[in-house]
Amino acid sequence: MQRFSGFSLLRRGLSGHRDWQPQWRKPEPKAAYDAIIVGGGGHGLGAAYYLAKEHNLRNVAVLEKGWIGGGNTGRNTTIIRSNYLRDESAALYDHALKMWEGLSQDLNYNVMFSQRGVMMLAHTVHDVQVFKRHVHANRANRVDNQWLTCEEARAVCPLLRTDDIRYPVLGAAFQSRGGTARHDAVAWGYARAADALGVDIIENCEVTGIRRDANGAVQALETARGLIQARKVGVCAAGHSSVILKMAGVRLPLESYPLQALVSEPVKPIFPCVVMSNTIHAYISQSDKGELVIGAGTDAYTSYTQRGGLHVTSHALEAICELFPMFRRMRMLRSWGGIVDVSPDRSPIIAKTPVPGLYVNCGWGTGGFKATPGSAHLFAWTIAHDRPHAINAPFTIERFRDGRLIDEAAAAAVAH
Amino acid sequence: MLLIDCPYCGARPELEFVYGGQAHVARPRNPAECSDEQWADFLYWRDNSRGVHAERWRHTHGCGQFFNALRDTTNDHFLATYRVGEAAPALERVARPRT
Ligand SMILES: Cc1cc2nc3c(=O)[nH]c(=O)nc-3n(C[C@H](O)[C@H](O)[C@H](O)COP(=O)(O)OP(=O)(O)OC[C@H]3O[C@@H](n4cnc5c(N)ncnc54)[C@H](O)[C@@H]3O)c2cc1C
Ligand SMILES: [Zn+2]
Repeated sequence: MQRFSGFSLLRRGLSGHRDWQPQWRKPEPKAAYDAIIVGGGGHGLGAAYYLAKEHNLRNVAVLEKGWIGGGNTGRNTTIIRSNYLRDESAALYDHALKMWEGLSQDLNYNVMFSQRGVMMLAHTVHDVQVFKRHVHANRANRVDNQWLTCEEARAVCPLLRTDDIRYPVLGAAFQSRGGTARHDAVAWGYARAADALGVDIIENCEVTGIRRDANGAVQALETARGLIQARKVGVCAAGHSSVILKMAGVRLPLESYPLQALVSEPVKPIFPCVVMSNTIHAYISQSDKGELVIGAGTDAYTSYTQRGGLHVTSHALEAICELFPMFRRMRMLRSWGGIVDVSPDRSPIIAKTPVPGLYVNCGWGTGGFKATPGSAHLFAWTIAHDRPHAINAPFTIERFRDGRLIDEAAAAAVAH
Repeated sequence: MLLIDCPYCGARPELEFVYGGQAHVARPRNPAECSDEQWADFLYWRDNSRGVHAERWRHTHGCGQFFNALRDTTNDHFLATYRVGEAAPALERVARPRT
């Protein structure tokens, strides 16, 4: 792997940047691997990287049906925070947030992690009570989160209009360690680092079937590029997780919905942090390219189309224009949708399945980008040890049967 | 926005409707006799089909009636709508979606 540094940039700059190597190979699939990860998003590529790096499994492949990062990893609004309500969630998301803080160094790849702060607006008495409850719960878990009065919120984000709107802003919860990262760089950084440890990243390789032996254990995967043997298979397929698990006869408590986002034309730096509003439903930040990145809600119905209704995005824009009237004349440049796998308690599943050798990392729904390093790290641990790490132990499939839900429906900063 | 064919009123824009999730999920008659698996299955487990999906809609801002629909979740085309209490139409008898 060619390492990136100021010096290497300068040296290659002198030769016109023509002698950079591709950042990862494009290998042909082998006949067999020790472990296969299905899904080349951040969670899958990261899991392969940690399998190789921390568990010394080098004969690993990532199978991706399209191109890496082409799923939700490359479609999300990149908001990162860890101020979740429940102890289990705070431990999980803060594990990830701590890993984000060192990720660029670890991968030798700038993922542009920016701790610009995430502000969650309260517009009603109920919002105020819920967010204050979060602030206290987070403090007990040593996760930073603070309550801002309306004036304090405006001091952090001067563009914010708090009065003279249908739902005036009454205050906000603010996590200053939260922020954003460059989503593509997360996929590419993990791919490059995993490849350097010998992981085969195989694109255009849709998994179409799961073969099991006489004991029911995973034996091989049928793919668009032939049959590939593996005794351990980890599925990180976001909105398609239930489709893949069904191939092994496992049903999941998930439903897949389209979720949309859009970006504006790029403008000069104007927006200092991330702002989210649950009640009037919108969230916004500014990318380093200058685009305003705006998230909308999910569509009402389950779908696999990767597109949603225009009324859903226009609703989000109405909310943005109400909170930030100066953006009314901005033009939107692009919009798109991703398919998110929503669980009943809005918490993920990182667990073994009833099928020996088959593991699943799914149910991240509308908010799994923020967890990418932590989720990948814990999933690799679970696959390597064939049992969950203490942090992901509560995030099983069986919790829905046993009534041990980890209810974060209220904590999703916007109601999806 | 979807155009949804209410069996009572005809085609109307999606905004007039509320989605009601997977259709034909019957509440167990005697929950106390269910196993944990059966009860969880009723509460949380869904088909999440990629392809034809039977689902409930309610024409909230119209006639107010619940009805069921078959929709292809790979392209969002409705294949049929039918009244509550009726069985889902057999697929051969359903008009092919526009592609
Ligand atoms: C519009 C939008 C906004 C969002 N905003 C945020 C946010 O602000 N903050 C946040 O934390 N989260 C956000 N999310 C959620 C976040 O994007 C996801 O939870 C996260 O990226 C999931 O990562 P992943 O690696 O599991 O999935 P993905 O990146 O979707 O990767 C799954 C991969 O599996 C592949 N795959 C599927 N089926 C097969 C098959 N049969 N064979 C092989 N490969 C297959 C897919 O092609 C895909 O590349 C948002 C999502 C969307 C859609
Ligand atoms: Zn009607």
